[in-house]
Amino acid sequence: MNQMLQTRFDGPWVKVGRVDDIPLQGSRVVKTHGGEVAVFKAADGRVFALRNRCPHKGGPLSEGIVHGHAVTCPLHNWVISLETGEAQGADSGCTKVIGVLVEDGVVHLDLSRLPRLMEAAE
Amino acid sequence: MDKTSLIVVGNGMAAGRVLEHLLEADRDAYAVTVFNAEPRVNYNRIMLSPVLSGEKTYEDILIHDDAWYAANGVTLVKGEAIVGIDRETKTVRTAGGAVHGYDKLLIATGSNPLIIPLPGKDLPGVVTYRDLDDVEKMMAAASQGGRAVVIGGGLLGLEAAAGLRAQGMEVTVLHLMPTLMERQLDPAAGYLLQKAIEDRGIEVLCKANTHAILGDTTVTGVKLDDGREIACSLVVMAVGIRPNMALAKDAGLAVNRGVLVDDGMRTSDPDIFAVGECVEHRGVCYGLVAPLYESAKVVAAGLTGSEGAYTGSVTATKLKVTGIDLFSAGDFADAKDRQEIVYRAPGVYKRLVLRDNVLIGAVLYGETADGSWFFDLIKSGSDISAMRDTLIFGPAFAGGEPLDPTAAVAALPDDAQICGCNGVCKGTIVSAIGAKGLSSLDDVRAVTKASASCGSCTPLVEKLIVATIGDKYQAAAVEPICKCTDLGHDEVRRMIVAKGLRSIPAVMQELSWKTSCGCAKCRPALNYYLVCEWPGEYEDDSQSRFINERVHANIQKDGTYSVVPRMWGGVTSPAELRAIADVAEKFNIPSVKVTGGQRIDLLGVRKEDLPAVWADLGKAGMISGAAYAKGLRTVKTCVGSEWCRFGTQDSTGLGIKIEKAMWGSWTPAKVKLGVSGCPRNCAEATCKDIGVVCVEAGYEIHFAGAAGLHVRQTEVLTLVPTEEEAMEIILALTQLYREQGRYLERIYKWAKRVGTPSIKAAIVDDPERRRVYADRFRFSQQFSQVDPWAERVKGLEAHEFAPMAEVGFKEAAE
Repeated sequence: MNQMLQTRFDGPWVKVGRVDDIPLQGSRVVKTHGGEVAVFKAADGRVFALRNRCPHKGGPLSEGIVHGHAVTCPLHNWVISLETGEAQGADSGCTKVIGVLVEDGVVHLDLSRLPRLMEAAE
Repeated sequence: MDKTSLIVVGNGMAAGRVLEHLLEADRDAYAVTVFNAEPRVNYNRIMLSPVLSGEKTYEDILIHDDAWYAANGVTLVKGEAIVGIDRETKTVRTAGGAVHGYDKLLIATGSNPLIIPLPGKDLPGVVTYRDLDDVEKMMAAASQGGRAVVIGGGLLGLEAAAGLRAQGMEVTVLHLMPTLMERQLDPAAGYLLQKAIEDRGIEVLCKANTHAILGDTTVTGVKLDDGREIACSLVVMAVGIRPNMALAKDAGLAVNRGVLVDDGMRTSDPDIFAVGECVEHRGVCYGLVAPLYESAKVVAAGLTGSEGAYTGSVTATKLKVTGIDLFSAGDFADAKDRQEIVYRAPGVYKRLVLRDNVLIGAVLYGETADGSWFFDLIKSGSDISAMRDTLIFGPAFAGGEPLDPTAAVAALPDDAQICGCNGVCKGTIVSAIGAKGLSSLDDVRAVTKASASCGSCTPLVEKLIVATIGDKYQAAAVEPICKCTDLGHDEVRRMIVAKGLRSIPAVMQELSWKTSCGCAKCRPALNYYLVCEWPGEYEDDSQSRFINERVHANIQKDGTYSVVPRMWGGVTSPAELRAIADVAEKFNIPSVKVTGGQRIDLLGVRKEDLPAVWADLGKAGMISGAAYAKGLRTVKTCVGSEWCRFGTQDSTGLGIKIEKAMWGSWTPAKVKLGVSGCPRNCAEATCKDIGVVCVEAGYEIHFAGAAGLHVRQTEVLTLVPTEEEAMEIILALTQLYREQGRYLERIYKWAKRVGTPSIKAAIVDDPERRRVYADRFRFSQQFSQVDPWAERVKGLEAHEFAPMAEVGFKEAAE
């Protein structure tokens, strides 16, 4: 498969690919042993990462429409903040935010707390 | 006494115009001798087409008859060509060997038609279209009947084709480029033109390259590069003209593409002028009459010692085919520093090109009355910023004052048409407002139908209400598309058209969006409106599509997808079923289900597997069933007259035809059809968006049904006797809905909003408008009938289907 990386945990920051691999106003999925992470690139070029599950019914946020610093879940149109993981408007719920570090066009995720986060959410 | 002698070589329109100006300035300045290779006086060459079509005679198009030459003391030598110029001795030599001396010489040798060096080009029956001899040859050929092939779909070629058709011949036009008159028209206007030409019974083949002209002793046909052969008895070559400069070149004058002249129209020899189509001035060779007339004045001035200067012309083109109104002027190519204003109504297309608030080009089709006004604006280079908003509506709105739009509307005459869709004029609206005390847009719509269809005249109607009742006008509360804007769907669509907005960022910028990049509500709507408005031009923004349309499959609650291949009219085959079964087993697809629309649904496909699943289905000939699309979904059919003892028509066959014509189209919301072979209605056509119920007398077309959250029986639109008419109506209806429907508004909601009468008026009562809508649908389909699955199998948007990375699995496995 193209552009796929097989990466081990290596300190707090894990390299997952290049910023250019993510479409503008789009998203890509990173598969981990602890579940999927959605990595987003907003219109302004900023990269965010969330656990790839909507707090509502578990919809894959990576498949939603990205607008501003938010994504609309494809299943029931909840709007989730990319910055805080919080559901916007009248809905309430929160998706775990994953730390992102971009260096020289390369995206690194902080997966160190991931297993714990995943457990906490189940 | 010896007058200064002027010899004119050539007697076309340019030479004739020079003589007129010269005689007017000083009728005794020269002893003038004109040599005309044609055995004729001066006639109006641009009127050859009406002669060919039989609308005029040679006598009608004479400019100067023999009496004119006699009265003005001009010696005309007919049928005598000049073959040489000796600049040393200042003499010219005729074909007959006579030598004449000159003081001043005017070269007006015009142009020669281009002859493509094809095999067979010299056969009898191959003609060009340049002078009266050609017209006579064509008329002689036409009197024998048969088919003519016209090579060249430019101005001359189309006029020749229309003329020959009027003379009773079958006519085929071959044109190398994808659209007609591509030098004068943009593709949209070229497309409308092609339809109008075809409506005259003229066959038009674009992208057609002629390989050879066939025949032994006379023309019997032409052969195209793709192997097609067209039998014909006449071939007209109308592929262009080339300045006729042989004489000037032989005389050692400076030439390039044409005879080079300065702004005084002098050649490199100061005693020799040149004018007309043989000339190259500032790098341009003109083939239209207006520049010749302008430069003829300068020649006459130069000859009488009052130097003028010709600085080039902006040209305008009008097609002289009766009943086709077409005008283009100036420069209308796309470029970065230009903006354009486009207006479309059924059968009407207008496009203005602006640069720095100056009009530089115009293309008008269908309504050309304002052509000369636009042309004047182009030539004058005036700043049009004050009237920019209403510019496209022409001088009626331009007024004299810095524009108050309401005053401009108030100044319109009572018979000015306000609403093109429903044919409502100003007087009707004003009197309805007065008589019925109307005070809101909705009132006016309900009573007069003005702005009740496409809504593009809404601002005009609103201004008219303000002009009539002033402050009592109650502005309608429009529901905005979303929180990113105060504008409603209709207003945004209207502005996309009026301002020629061609991208989502352009819409947001020009219409003052309140968010930087919209939201999940407005972006898909804008994307659809742009797809609909600019077929073939707008590039779809996949990030503004819902996931289902982005990956061409339906997302399920667990994040897997369902895949539905197309089965035309619900008909399948053992081979297709076998391929579906194989795919289901190979990819461990957990669920296989028959849908309500007579398709097979493969549920639970992993996203990564989608391209491979599609590849296998594609090998069996299946394409995407678009079960995810705001677009054509399915055409459900019953078995009809082929099998059923009650069937009245071939409902299955019609359903397949409809589906083949409509697949791939994007619409405001999903569109499902049904075709039932008799009123027992086994295909449940009467709760579809569009349905057909076959009866003995033909095809009952239904629409605006629903069987979802709301259940609603269809309304009958009309009954037609043939399949062709049924197809035309369905395509036209779909296009009307595509253009008027708000994003996510199903057909039944749209019909309720705009009213069935306005839909019937456009699609049923007015065959002309119906055809225009159906044509627009077909035009748009050229660009949308691409199987998205096949594209993705080949690797398009591969990032959609593969994870960016997999992390930690090795560790977990160890």
